[in-house]
Amino acid sequence: MADTTATPATMKVKLKIKRFDPADSGGKTWWQEYEVDVHPDSTVLDSLIEVREQEDGTLAMRCACRASICGSCGMKVNGSAKLVCKTRVIDVAPNGEQLIVEPMGNQHVVRDLVVSLDTFFNQINRVEPFLQPSFVPEQGEYTASNESMENLLTSMNCIMCGCCVSDCTVLEVDSSFIGPAALAKAWRFTEDPRDSKRDERLKTLNDEDGGMWDCTRCMKCVDVCPKGVAPMDRIMELREAAIEAGNTNTSGYRHTESFYNSVKKNGRLDETRLAIDSAGWTNIPRLLDLAPIGIAAMRKGKLPPLMPHKSEDHKKVRDLYKSVEDES
Amino acid sequence: MYEHDVLIIGGGLAGLRAAVEVTRAGADVAVISKVHPVRSHSNAAQGGINAPLTDRGDEWEGHAYDTIKGSDFLADQDAVEVMSSEAGEAVLELERMGVIFSRGEDGKLGTRAFGGQKVARTFFVGAITGSAILHVLFEQSLKLGLNVYEEWFVTKLIIEDGVCRGVVAIDLKTGEMHTIKAKAVIMAAGGAGRVFEPSTNALICTGDGLSLAYQAGVPLMDMEMIQYHPTTLARTGILMSEAARGEGAYLLNAAGERFMEKTAPDYMELASRDVVSRAEQTEIDEGRGIDGNVLLDLRHLGREYIEQRLGYLQEVSVEFLGIDMAEQPVPVQPGMHYIMGGIKTDVNGATNVPGLYAAGECANVSVHGANRLGANSLLDTVVFGRRSGAHAVEYIKSVGAHSKAEEDLTAEKNRIQGLLDRPKGERVATIRNDMARGMTKGIGVFRDQASMEGALENLKNVKSRMGGFSIENKGKVFNTDLMFGLELEFMIDCADAVVAGALTRKESRGAHFRTDITERDDENWLKHTLMYKDDEAENGVRVETSDVTITQWEPVKRVY
Repeated sequence: MADTTATPATMKVKLKIKRFDPADSGGKTWWQEYEVDVHPDSTVLDSLIEVREQEDGTLAMRCACRASICGSCGMKVNGSAKLVCKTRVIDVAPNGEQLIVEPMGNQHVVRDLVVSLDTFFNQINRVEPFLQPSFVPEQGEYTASNESMENLLTSMNCIMCGCCVSDCTVLEVDSSFIGPAALAKAWRFTEDPRDSKRDERLKTLNDEDGGMWDCTRCMKCVDVCPKGVAPMDRIMELREAAIEAGNTNTSGYRHTESFYNSVKKNGRLDETRLAIDSAGWTNIPRLLDLAPIGIAAMRKGKLPPLMPHKSEDHKKVRDLYKSVEDES
Repeated sequence: MYEHDVLIIGGGLAGLRAAVEVTRAGADVAVISKVHPVRSHSNAAQGGINAPLTDRGDEWEGHAYDTIKGSDFLADQDAVEVMSSEAGEAVLELERMGVIFSRGEDGKLGTRAFGGQKVARTFFVGAITGSAILHVLFEQSLKLGLNVYEEWFVTKLIIEDGVCRGVVAIDLKTGEMHTIKAKAVIMAAGGAGRVFEPSTNALICTGDGLSLAYQAGVPLMDMEMIQYHPTTLARTGILMSEAARGEGAYLLNAAGERFMEKTAPDYMELASRDVVSRAEQTEIDEGRGIDGNVLLDLRHLGREYIEQRLGYLQEVSVEFLGIDMAEQPVPVQPGMHYIMGGIKTDVNGATNVPGLYAAGECANVSVHGANRLGANSLLDTVVFGRRSGAHAVEYIKSVGAHSKAEEDLTAEKNRIQGLLDRPKGERVATIRNDMARGMTKGIGVFRDQASMEGALENLKNVKSRMGGFSIENKGKVFNTDLMFGLELEFMIDCADAVVAGALTRKESRGAHFRTDITERDDENWLKHTLMYKDDEAENGVRVETSDVTITQWEPVKRVY
């Protein structure tokens, strides 16, 4: 516990908050600074509540449980999405630095720190987020191992706060992406032994525009998730499961396979082949899309060699492949 | 123009379970909630849900008796019989909907021990049981295409000729006010924990549903029965689930003694919550605490076990206090947690106002009496949520066309505009804090005539200032400033009823422990207190009493 004898009774917190008022002639955004005195152990949420209750009643934000279980208070602090009820001031401003607080990203701002819930829940809705069993026991429960249920805890820990959606770098440029939270939710059903739609779910998420292959593995969602859901890890597991289930018709799969084969063969990546393999050799429209990029690269002298050189150590690489393959 | 057969106020467990029932019956239903359903306070229930499963050698009568004993014999036994006998099916149904309950070796649902019960019959998902169930019921609501008025705030029930016909509400996203007509309304709006400070409750638990029903002429019953949870985290007041003690944690005083030995030698840390909270407060008051806390010690359970079964508690302890529970005991104290009292209903959720039902924490059926057992609140929500939904469906068959009146909407618009037009005055938060601190001080773990009268005086002072608060935000979109003002009005109603009930009950029973009258008095007080809103009565509350229903268990002295 904090040593109350050594710490002062209060602490000054400086905040710079991004405000937005939709009623102000079509919508006005501005920055507003505040300074409040709070208990030294306080969270960013405690500080914001102090602002709202004692400094400025017009500040709009959502919060409810104060205990990181309801998912209401996701917002950006110093540029990164956080659940502010579990973010202690001392951890983000150890020397009394000003905190920059903004609404979450990739979601429409309603007012101040409040974003629309529609983006998030529309994504969730896309994955048929409910158990679809092949039968319902007439009495009693389904039989399932405890391990299989505990496995799902990773995803059931999700409180739908939207932090992962906020900071997703794919959603920033491609709003068709289902998004990290919804894919983690989908994983909760593909991994649930009671669900009967595993193959259909995997195929849909594999084939769909904005599906599991759109993730660029930037790790942002893993970093910002306040509940350890690690959505990207769930997406990677979805990909593996989709391939195992025979879904090999995507550029994502071909990319993975080309990468694997070229390193195995040459000990290095054949980038030209990777691009063509990923597009698919018969996918003329996509290949035509690639042509200008290739020509531009050639002009700048950046085009990779058409016939790849083999790495000097390529035999060693092949041995590595063999030992891994033998093991599995 | 909005119209539904059944309108459910609140999107937590009781509300969503009721909605599933009404949908299955083919009636048109909508949920209206001031927060998105997954933000509801049902999330905060951590430890589990009780159910006596007969195929596992348990008997519903055992659970019923533990519940009644826990209630200090104030629960209506017919209601408890309903809850206990329907519990097994209610929990199994949740599993079949997709809840990932913990399992045993045989792949069937496993249990953990909980307070006030010798049989381990609490089904759970780590320490996030409420959240795990809420999210699955939300999944079901998506499957059923449930209509939800998200972030709409109800300001008034429409009552015509003594019958409930709908609500007036503000759409927070636009600030516009609307009438939503309904043939039946189910109140499932949760508790009123914020009437006290501190409280484990979410900031949204402001007694809206209790007050709305109370204003419509429904009595609030046994409101003096306020549960102080034995283990809330030092300073923050965050709940540390009873599951910790269910899994074997000790409570220690400053000398490292397991002090529960003195008051509950048989049940030890797993005595009823009121008993444990009083024991802790006694240790603290008599100088055997540590900075106003006692210690919750889990170290002997081992890191792996703690992280596997109580992961959320470890998360909270580390994040908020920087304490690793596997290495160090956690300082905890009793904290206001739950109201046993609430909107008086029968076992079908029906109130004395036709067309108005209530379920969940805002309701009082009564199954918790003077003290609720841990893991009975989730059970209460799903059993009586379902029953109120089923009964409302029957009721609406006899109800004709929707109401035509729009008078309430006009009156509410004027009332709220009046609030916005007030000149600059006191802040809502200042009045709220004064009210809530006074309530905790006067209606605490221990209380006496003087402390309760102090709470009443404080409340009178607070009420005298209610005409003088002002709303700083005059805008329409997401005006939470206005909502806080309206919530404060709701909370004042609840506080009124709590204080009136407390001053009325001249005995100690369950959570209502008076240091000036320390004994239970079955001869005079085996009774419910019923608080009616009545401007003619003293302090605006008329108090009546009614008999407790006893079926098969005669009251005996409660020993743990």
